[in-house]
Amino acid sequence: MTAQTLYEKLWQSHVVHTESDGTTLLYIDRHLLHEVTSPQAFEGLRLAGRKPWRLSANLAVADHNVPTTDRKNGIADPISRLQVDTLDQNCDEFGITEFKMSDVRQGIVHVIGPEQGATLPGMTVVCGDSHTSTHGAFGALAHGIGTSEVEHVLATQCLLQKKSRTMQVLVDGGLGKGVTAKDIALAVIGKIGTAGGTGYAIEFAGAAIRSLSMEGRMTLCNMAIEAGARAGMVAVDDITIDYVKGRPFAPAGEMWEQAVANWRNLHSDEGAEFDSVVELDGAAIKPQVTWGTSPEMVVAIDDCVPDPAREIDPVKRGGMERALAYMGLQANTPMNQIGVDKVFIGSCTNSRIEDLRAAAAVAKGRRVASSIKLALVVPGSGLVKKQAEDEGLDRIFIESGFEWRDPGCSMCLAMNADRLEAGERCASTSNRNFEGRQGPGGRTHLVSPEMAAAAAIAGHFVDVREF
Amino acid sequence: MDKFTILDGLVAPLDRPNVDTDAIIPKQFLKSIKRSGFGPNLFDEWRYLDHGEPGMDNSGRPLNPDFVLNQARYQGAEILVARENFGCGSSREHAPWALLDYGFRAVIAPSFADIFFNNCFKNGILPIVLGAAEVDQLFSETFAEEGYRLTVDLEAQSVSTPNGLVFNFAVDPFRKYCLLNGLDDIGLTLQHADKIRAYEERRRQSEPWVFN
Repeated sequence: MTAQTLYEKLWQSHVVHTESDGTTLLYIDRHLLHEVTSPQAFEGLRLAGRKPWRLSANLAVADHNVPTTDRKNGIADPISRLQVDTLDQNCDEFGITEFKMSDVRQGIVHVIGPEQGATLPGMTVVCGDSHTSTHGAFGALAHGIGTSEVEHVLATQCLLQKKSRTMQVLVDGGLGKGVTAKDIALAVIGKIGTAGGTGYAIEFAGAAIRSLSMEGRMTLCNMAIEAGARAGMVAVDDITIDYVKGRPFAPAGEMWEQAVANWRNLHSDEGAEFDSVVELDGAAIKPQVTWGTSPEMVVAIDDCVPDPAREIDPVKRGGMERALAYMGLQANTPMNQIGVDKVFIGSCTNSRIEDLRAAAAVAKGRRVASSIKLALVVPGSGLVKKQAEDEGLDRIFIESGFEWRDPGCSMCLAMNADRLEAGERCASTSNRNFEGRQGPGGRTHLVSPEMAAAAAIAGHFVDVREF
Repeated sequence: MDKFTILDGLVAPLDRPNVDTDAIIPKQFLKSIKRSGFGPNLFDEWRYLDHGEPGMDNSGRPLNPDFVLNQARYQGAEILVARENFGCGSSREHAPWALLDYGFRAVIAPSFADIFFNNCFKNGILPIVLGAAEVDQLFSETFAEEGYRLTVDLEAQSVSTPNGLVFNFAVDPFRKYCLLNGLDDIGLTLQHADKIRAYEERRRQSEPWVFN
């Protein structure tokens, strides 16, 4: 048998039917739903008189619109409230399992799936959300879909797909102190660009990746989409299996042993060929900070804001000039001299327990700078919040001057009340620094949780390795 | 879904790379539970000088005179010419819904983000990939000639300029068939219901935990 990549194995085991042009009906094992991209899909089902194909495949949660304070008072914005109510009603009507806003298991869809063991190795996982690539950390084939496809998966348990090309991102070498999965992700995007992975499924491999916890692998795969790749993945190993064991939706007993034996095969075979290979030296990666309005506009913390005058490509130069104008930055400014107004620690990229521990370790015994208007910590789920509180992390944050909030997407995309005002600059652990993403006119700099916490304390970006 | 056969339409240029779906339709409009009505908020933050929220009367809002789609010459455009990596970012299908509701039926660019590209086909919008030099030429001609139109023929897989140039583009046969005939994917997939059930039966034997 020819050596196969992990992607090829996952693809092959889910093929239901293939058309002559290669268009494939791919079976979907797990379908996650949230309130923003599902209402029109449920409406479509109703209009066509269709029912979900397999109810047990679906798990729903409201995350984008939920408030992170005073939750017992409900959602103040009537339009947000209607969207969350609509999800509740749709799930009740069709019989889909949903963690409602009052449930301790509620949280960001990409945090709760793995936390519950609803995401398992070898699965195909989809959700109407581009950051579904997160779940690939488990040796799963996971990617975002549009609302028409949400309806298609509900109705048929399948998706129409064309096979992607494969890319291996190989990161060998040990990571330095203060360098995280987030920095690897940003360094990869800085190297290949936000369209570098378009048309590819990325497998992250190498010693630096193997050394990452599941939380770190999720952060990395989460940002595969920011490199243009719908799916990112990491091979299954002991770290994966240890994480999954004992979770509510995971198999148990004899079936667990059978599953583990199956999952041990979820890696690229020796000699498997990728369509593209990108190599990075993990030891050379420094803490990263974005300076512009696309995640590829990124430099190391000890670097300066790039100068558009040195860019030859006129389309790129125009993009850089526009980004600097939007960001209110001058070319050649050292990154560590840029002051921030707000700090956001959270999002499906960096809101898991390990992220909160890392940020708390930086914050411990220090105070948020007086120039900082708001420093938010938003746990990824009610269970992450509870665990953090059991470990006393909430006290560390609160005593340092951070606000400790309820779980949700929050200021990653500002669909709830948490947002930037025009011109405000934010050190954010989220995934997108697009114009207006965190609020109209808001200026986002993407960083790791450690770097965000350090920026909150210093009042400006600072090299966490020397902090 | 409306069929897409031949489109002869006015062209509008959007001359910037990496146009993301947050720019195409900002998040506050994602709170709608409908599929329609997004057109007035297409490119909202670039198009208007004030901040838009759902439920506002958009007809009275101050337009940004510097934004290209606000120029009189591009009113009624049905074809958008764009730069590389168009539609990157979130998977929101509200982006193609907004483009369609505004009146665009085709977008031409050197490259598209995967999810956006896919979402277009589900909504009767044709995303067309042409070479960077070809797209450059379309930009120059659009800027140079007021009322510039293109003819897109899906059957022939061609884009024709008023000066008689013809650019061919690739499209998956299956997507082409669905778009030409305005077919609903779900109905087509359900013709394979027996195969889906047989697949499930096999997987239940080999990987029962998936069905827990």
